Amino acid sequence: MQIVLLTQRKISFSLASSRAKRSVPPSSREILIFDIGLLNVCAMGSIDSSFFDIGRLDALSSKDSPVHRIDPRLKVLTTLYFIAIAISFDKYDPAGPVPLLVYPMTLMIIGEIPFSYIAKKLLIASPFVLSVALFNPILDRCPMLNLGPISVSGGLVSFASIMTKYVLTVSAVLALIACTGLDSICSALARMGVPKAFTIQLLFLYRYIFVLGEEAARMTRARALRSFGGKGLGMSVYSSMIGHLLLRTVDRAQRIHLAMLCRGFDGEIRHGEPSKIRLSDLLFLAGWCALFTLLRLYDFPAWLGKGLGRLL
Amino acid sequence: MLILAHEGQKLTQGCFGLFYFKDPKTSLLHGCDAFSGRNIMHMADALISPAVGGAMWAATAGLTVYSARKLKEEMDERKIPLMGVMGALIFAAQMINFTIPGTGSSGHLGGGLLLAILLGPPAAFLTMASILTIQALFFADGGLLALGCNIFNMGFFPCFIAFPFIYKKIASSGEGAKRILAAALAASIIGLQLGAFGVVIETVFSKISELPLGTFLLVMQPIHLAIGIVEGVVTASLIGFISSTRPEVLEAAAGPARGKPFSIKPVLIALILVAAFTGGVLSWFASSNPEGLEWSIARICGNKELKSPESGVHALLSRIQEKMAFLPDYDFRKEKPEGLAKSESAQGKENAWPSMRTGTSVSGLLGGAMSLVLAGLIGFGIKIFQGRKSGRRDG
Repeated sequence: MQIVLLTQRKISFSLASSRAKRSVPPSSREILIFDIGLLNVCAMGSIDSSFFDIGRLDALSSKDSPVHRIDPRLKVLTTLYFIAIAISFDKYDPAGPVPLLVYPMTLMIIGEIPFSYIAKKLLIASPFVLSVALFNPILDRCPMLNLGPISVSGGLVSFASIMTKYVLTVSAVLALIACTGLDSICSALARMGVPKAFTIQLLFLYRYIFVLGEEAARMTRARALRSFGGKGLGMSVYSSMIGHLLLRTVDRAQRIHLAMLCRGFDGEIRHGEPSKIRLSDLLFLAGWCALFTLLRLYDFPAWLGKGLGRLL
Repeated sequence: MLILAHEGQKLTQGCFGLFYFKDPKTSLLHGCDAFSGRNIMHMADALISPAVGGAMWAATAGLTVYSARKLKEEMDERKIPLMGVMGALIFAAQMINFTIPGTGSSGHLGGGLLLAILLGPPAAFLTMASILTIQALFFADGGLLALGCNIFNMGFFPCFIAFPFIYKKIASSGEGAKRILAAALAASIIGLQLGAFGVVIETVFSKISELPLGTFLLVMQPIHLAIGIVEGVVTASLIGFISSTRPEVLEAAAGPARGKPFSIKPVLIALILVAAFTGGVLSWFASSNPEGLEWSIARICGNKELKSPESGVHALLSRIQEKMAFLPDYDFRKEKPEGLAKSESAQGKENAWPSMRTGTSVSGLLGGAMSLVLAGLIGFGIKIFQGRKSGRRDG
């Protein structure tokens, strides 16, 4: 066993070289320990930021605004209809669904959800969509549209259309969760007839993500600090780590269940006074759905473009 | 072992955050990690058609109701808190990576098979469904309408196919760590292969991506073979760990499910019927030409033989035909009858393509940009209105 004590001198050395390499501002007092493999640091970054993300969305959902007050059932239905309409646009029509952006945008503005936050999440979540969509411009090279001397291929057009749909659908889902919250969505699902077994354990899962997440992040941090040059990050340490976490989890679940039984749990979670659907909720649903349908039936961007063309 | 200490200073998460964002190499690694499993199997809304999404939603809803009923029948509802907490565990475990020896890449647990072993198929399916729901809602990993596809690919296959028909068959015929390893390997490989196949089929049927069936399969199946091997080894080592430390956990989990033989046949038949019916009805609504699928298949075959889609009359014809079928509202169709377009295309693509709907598309794009601006203006208006209102309230 080897014990290395990093003295102040060594730390300042590593800081200096890191500054040279990465142009870290000299004011930053963080210690960068080089010996830790980049990989585990990266894993820690992602695990911490993931839980931070859930917490942030949860905090946003506890605000109070007109869109937060809409009945969650109708919000879920409206968003599902929105997504169905958005993805039903033709794959060679990238402009058609653009006006639909009004819906997530209105939710975000009225619900006071920061744009930059949603935009960041849009960027992070895109790898699968991007990696599949990137094949379209490669595979489909039929010229489709002439912009002066440049002809644009069908693949590029359909790529643009996929990205438009991606932005629309993902921002709508994030806006929905940010102005509703999972508890309300669960109770909405339960009242819409989704089996109790699903909604109750969804609630459990959500509640315990925070607890177990913190525990997992702590364990990962501990593992990262004990492994150098990528040693100790392998499968054997991983499986005994997760195994211990698992056993602790099973015990915890048992304790939770007993405690709940002691407090009279009968297989049902009461969500408080069930909210009634008000007129404004119905107007929300009807208004948005009518707008989506109209935008789907009439090609609004084409009109606008033609009108503009005539003016010019 | 190496222990590293530093003088009296507390390590903060911030320093790692800084490290993580500043270094291009780490972000690249993170990108690879995103590709290595968590994202590659999650289908997004933007890549599926409403018909496929609706059909898979129907199938998944059916499975959820079936699983919930099964839990009730087996008096297993006391499992619900355990399911939720185990779901949270899998969720947390998915975020911890480990290095895979010899490759330099990192892997993580998928969890479907492990849940099935610990909880039994119906409970594991419900748990996977809720994990995927949380991922879709909070991380935009897979869309809301694509949730049906995702739950089916990552919940149904490991829990209802791989566990009862492969893992159980192999593991129950004997004891020993090697047998469990073999069972877990076989089950997770087959489960993930089926899941990847599901992703490919659903994507190709949606006709949004241009990736032909063959190529897509060639990309997806080997990647998931590798992921499946890793998943199998990790699952086996976890089961080994539990059976050596606390075997009663495994016994308790397997107990109630063992009482009644599990039959998947009626479920499968019902599922296929529901999915076929919903898909049929939805695609009848969605497309004015129900024969579109045939053209798409013809095109895929054409692609496979010809390598590049635009060479060869057959591929070109089917491409035109497909565009005709799916763009019924465009000017192109009004201007030229089908026969004319066909005969023109036979002469060569130069003649057939350039004049096509150019005006509409350019004006369409222009209009798209305009409506973006307009939407922005509306948003800005709402914001100002809101600000004034709250200002009035405050004042």
